[in-house]
Amino acid sequence: MEEKIYEKLNEIFRDIFDDDEIEVTPETNSDSIEDWDSLEHINLVVAIEKAFELKFTMDEVTGMKDVGEMVGIIKERGKALD
Amino acid sequence: MRVLEYPFDADEIIRKKKSLRRALMEEEGASARLKKKIAVLGGSTTANVVQVLDLFLLNNGIEADFYQSEYNKYYEDAMFGNLELDSFGPDLIYLHTGIHNIQSFPDPSDSAEQVQEKLEEVFGRFYSMWKKLEEVHGCTIIQNNFEYPDWRLFGNKDAVETAGRVRFVRELNRRFSEYARENKNFYIHDVNYLSGYLGLTKWCDPFYWNMYKYCPAVPLIPELAYSVACIIKSLYGKNKKALVLDLDNTLWGGIVGDDGPENLQIGSESARGETFLGFQEYLKAQKALGVLLNIDSKNEYENAIAGLGAKGSALTPDDFICIKANWDPKDRNIAEIARELNLGADSFVFVDDNPAERHIVSEQIAGIAVPEIGEPENYIRVLDRSGFFEVTNFSADDASRNEMYKANAERSKLQASFADYSEYLKSLEMYAEIAPFCKEYIPRISQLTNKSNQFNLTTLRCSVPDIEEMAASENWITLYGKLEDRFGDNGVVAVEAAEILGKEAYIRLNLMSCRVLKRDMEFAMLDVLVRMAKEKGVKTLIGEYLPTKKNGMVKDLYTDLGFTKDGELWKLDVETYEPRCSVIRINE
Repeated sequence: MEEKIYEKLNEIFRDIFDDDEIEVTPETNSDSIEDWDSLEHINLVVAIEKAFELKFTMDEVTGMKDVGEMVGIIKERGKALD
Repeated sequence: MRVLEYPFDADEIIRKKKSLRRALMEEEGASARLKKKIAVLGGSTTANVVQVLDLFLLNNGIEADFYQSEYNKYYEDAMFGNLELDSFGPDLIYLHTGIHNIQSFPDPSDSAEQVQEKLEEVFGRFYSMWKKLEEVHGCTIIQNNFEYPDWRLFGNKDAVETAGRVRFVRELNRRFSEYARENKNFYIHDVNYLSGYLGLTKWCDPFYWNMYKYCPAVPLIPELAYSVACIIKSLYGKNKKALVLDLDNTLWGGIVGDDGPENLQIGSESARGETFLGFQEYLKAQKALGVLLNIDSKNEYENAIAGLGAKGSALTPDDFICIKANWDPKDRNIAEIARELNLGADSFVFVDDNPAERHIVSEQIAGIAVPEIGEPENYIRVLDRSGFFEVTNFSADDASRNEMYKANAERSKLQASFADYSEYLKSLEMYAEIAPFCKEYIPRISQLTNKSNQFNLTTLRCSVPDIEEMAASENWITLYGKLEDRFGDNGVVAVEAAEILGKEAYIRLNLMSCRVLKRDMEFAMLDVLVRMAKEKGVKTLIGEYLPTKKNGMVKDLYTDLGFTKDGELWKLDVETYEPRCSVIRINE
């Protein structure tokens, strides 16, 4: 399941940052991707919400430090996981 | 480009906006696009609005250069201008404001006069901006009107009560429309309609406003941008001019050649017949606005004419300019219609229920619009929302000229105007709470250190524990700043922290949210920082500026604040410092 999530996340990240080289890992965070600022963060959130049919809370959006935490939430509440 | 045509997938557009832009720029004929300069002055975050608007315009043959105001600086930019905007020289200004930018709503207890005063004040503020922009830039202005509030104190009576917010918004929108009727080069972007059409619940989703100051909600931004793009492309002559319509199952239900004209589904006898009748009536109304109607149908000519004469129809053969009913390929017929009307094929919209025909036509004829028209009950919607014939200039009424002059004279009296910037700042009635880091704000302070990129001298990122440590230490002077003004509370927007080393204190954190730039908040923060430094026996404050790609705006901040440059650092003598902030009340 986790593999599928990362596969989907890779697609989303590649679209949002327009960079086909991106391979996200649990440690990936806003420091590892140059264009990952707060404005792109919201677009990322919107795309992930759509893809996994879930809604993040405000606390989650501000609190997520890296992709690992993101995946944790997706595993807990997301749909369309495989 | 299909992805950017209505009906579109908004999520896909947001997600792929970068690669879409690349593809549009690589399109054939990209260099032939009209070049325009568009300034977007926003009362909310505009980043996505501009990026998506850019795509829709490119898709309509317009390559725009954009200026964006700093967050919520629409009023300042309009009234006082700035070097960047002035030298930009916009062809068009889009004022992306909304309900959050209404600075004074009625209180429930307000008298009718008080409500009226507030109405004049809010309207006057916009009015003076429009006048100023007209005077300085003399260009086209597109102004959002207001969406309805997403809550109602009076419930249903909010639309009735003098002090109701719904009524207040309606009144404002009425005044906006009035202004648009009387002023050339001024256009209303009807957010009130669009938000209603799409659903106010989605439009006003508090998540996006609270988190990122986006209104509308991010998923609806493509709808907003599309709608604005319709006005812009209409203004620059990129509207379509003519419709080319199929007959069977497009203008009526059934096949006229097989079923006979008397058996077609058209008219009020059946649900399906009524659906097609509605569509015919819509087309007839389009014709009244100047849209040219034509037929392109695989039929015997006589059958086509008989179908158009069927009982219950709204359209008649006379409503059409060219009627091509034959067995030739449809794209060939369209090419012929274009020749006969002396129009470019890219001026046409082709409407056909058959996806195969749509496919061939869109493949064969460059620039023609071929909407995915859907089921009959959606024909009107798809055509209408596509905005092919967006009306921007429609017969001005000379009869109302007298009233117009009278109304303008009355409004001039309201015009809120300020002689200089500090007078304006004073009128904001700002109040700041500036104090050492305290528990309740620590998450916000940490968040600001991580989020702020532009007004941020050191870009030192701090976690919650980092901030807690500073707050607890005797060797740190810490300050957060909260700023309120007559528009409301901006919350915690500024952070400073200085580390004491002997008689000196090094400013390690100095940052501010872009929400409150150019409000003199930096002076207010420094005033308090100096006072606290004195109390701790510090003689000199030391500031540093660590340049990044994004923080160029503060490179001269310490000089502006009265520090003296010393090598790579800036120094300020605490003893001789005189408080500098005169426009914000602090901790009173």
